[in-house]
Amino acid sequence: MRKLLLINIAKALLLARWRQTLIAAIGVTFSITMFITLLSFMSGLNDLLDGLILNRTPHVRIYNDVKPKADQPINKSSQFAKTHNFIGSIKSDANRQAIYNSEAIIKSILNDPRVLGLSQKLTAQVFFNDGSIDITGSIFGINPSAETKLYHFDEYITTGNSADLTKVNNSIILGKGLADKLLVQIGDAVQITTSKGDLFQLKVVGTFQSGIKDFDNVQSYASINTVQKILSVPNDYITSIQVKLKDITQAPAVAKAYQQLYQTDAEDIQTANSQFETGSSIRTLISYSVGITLLIVAGFGIYNILNMMIFEKMDSIAILKATGFSGKDVKSIFIYIAISIGIFGGLMGLLFGFGLSALIDQIPFNTASLPTIKTYPINYNPRFYLIGIVFSFITTYFAGWFPARKASKIDPVVIIRGK
Amino acid sequence: MEKILEAKNINKFFHDPVRIQVLENLSLSINKGEFVSLTGKSGCGKSTLLYVLSTMDTDYDGTILIDGEEMPKKEEGFLAKIRNEKIGFVFQFHYLLNEFNVLENVMLPGLKLAKYSRAEVEHRAMEKLKILGIDHLALKKSNHVSGGEKQRVAIARALINDPHIIMGDEPTGNLDKKNSDIVFDIFNQLASEFKQTLLIVTHDQGFAERTHRIIKMEDGKIIS
Repeated sequence: MRKLLLINIAKALLLARWRQTLIAAIGVTFSITMFITLLSFMSGLNDLLDGLILNRTPHVRIYNDVKPKADQPINKSSQFAKTHNFIGSIKSDANRQAIYNSEAIIKSILNDPRVLGLSQKLTAQVFFNDGSIDITGSIFGINPSAETKLYHFDEYITTGNSADLTKVNNSIILGKGLADKLLVQIGDAVQITTSKGDLFQLKVVGTFQSGIKDFDNVQSYASINTVQKILSVPNDYITSIQVKLKDITQAPAVAKAYQQLYQTDAEDIQTANSQFETGSSIRTLISYSVGITLLIVAGFGIYNILNMMIFEKMDSIAILKATGFSGKDVKSIFIYIAISIGIFGGLMGLLFGFGLSALIDQIPFNTASLPTIKTYPINYNPRFYLIGIVFSFITTYFAGWFPARKASKIDPVVIIRGK
Repeated sequence: MEKILEAKNINKFFHDPVRIQVLENLSLSINKGEFVSLTGKSGCGKSTLLYVLSTMDTDYDGTILIDGEEMPKKEEGFLAKIRNEKIGFVFQFHYLLNEFNVLENVMLPGLKLAKYSRAEVEHRAMEKLKILGIDHLALKKSNHVSGGEKQRVAIARALINDPHIIMGDEPTGNLDKKNSDIVFDIFNQLASEFKQTLLIVTHDQGFAERTHRIIKMEDGKIIS
């Protein structure tokens, strides 16, 4: 009852100066619109750039690194256990890049509840022969369906079909740059020479464009079996296991655990691509600070208008107080005014923000390195909308709070006797 | 006789720009149903006394009892409730809210009190307007009625919660002779017919002489 009465009074005061109120609300609308648009656009762009690397990068990669053994034989000898041993001319130990006992490791990783899935990979360094020219390149042996499911492999295939890798024997998907150099198309054959000198003929079933040109100039994909054949290695020979986790933030911990558990090397995505995370977080920070600055400016607008309104409504405030409205009631009235400006302006802002981002989403954006992107990227994350409305509520509340407190302190005797 | 309002040993000082005593050890009491006028020369402290008695001005020494209850000086919310329920005000200026119509202006203190439902408050407001002969103006915006009518709306607003006492600060000060007479007649009718207690500050000698009792002030003291 009391609240309803105060809201009614607030409404009457608001509507009596609806032009002023509208301008205050437009300030909030504008800032929320820009806030939503900026964040949607910026975070769409972030996702796009991160996606270039992060989507295709395993969260944890298990492999055998080329490096000297940490445990040299002399350290194991009890005779020299208490001495400090200087060893010269250590050589890296890399006679086996394959992962030992890979099948058992895969089985145990798949049982880990933190893991979303994994794909196996194996790399072969080869020469692509084009007449008298040899082009250095590498062939990744992959499982196309797992790769598509976990790492969006299909998105980068510009011609052909990734499933053909398993259907067609001795088939290969070439990077766009590499295919252009070799002057081949789907259905053509390419000849390769392995590092051991063996010759192979592979049939081209597609080309891909990863968005990073240097990749496309040297890389190609084939099925695991094909690459195992090229390298003449057994069926369980793989050089890396690529694990995707349910929660990317757990990657460092999981990598550390696997390293100890399986006695191999394991690298997490955060270590491998730290620069991307830094870039993203700074871009996000900038968008948020610009958005919040806009909101604070709108808050000052509301503050000014409410101050003016209180100055104009001195008489009304005085009589309300004389007839039994307490300072608290008067304060509530002005806070209701501020908040309704904030909520109305904020909701309009969400609407316009959505409209503006949808508009940007339609603007063509063609770039050679990103074949799947046709328009500017927009992220329609509902979180931005939630933050927007909460912030408009909070800023208008505070913008209203100070004038409202001033109004609640008005001494009716001073106003009435001053007449 | 039942005492509605009682003031004991009221002292008040103005501090700005220099310390002056405006009310000097002043005591008075007003009985139920009395129509009292408070007169004196400009600056004698009669308005100041009224605002002290009204609980709006709490910067004084002494005790004020309304309906036998002592008024605490610090509790702003409690005093607001007392004013809402037990005191009706009529000022020299009408102080109607332009955003509302006449009826809503009268209803506001009643809605604040929340003793009756909205429909009942509306009915009671209409009754008060009828007593004052302005019920035909009920749905007009309050800035669309004449000055005399505005003052009558303000009186209706003062009456809405059936207050123990109506306090007026020069309620006829802004009105012409005809409207002053109307307002006086209304006060007189309220006092005689409804046994309404009234305390009116005025410097209109003719107005004061027609009331039941005149309290005359000079230099912060009651002289008769």
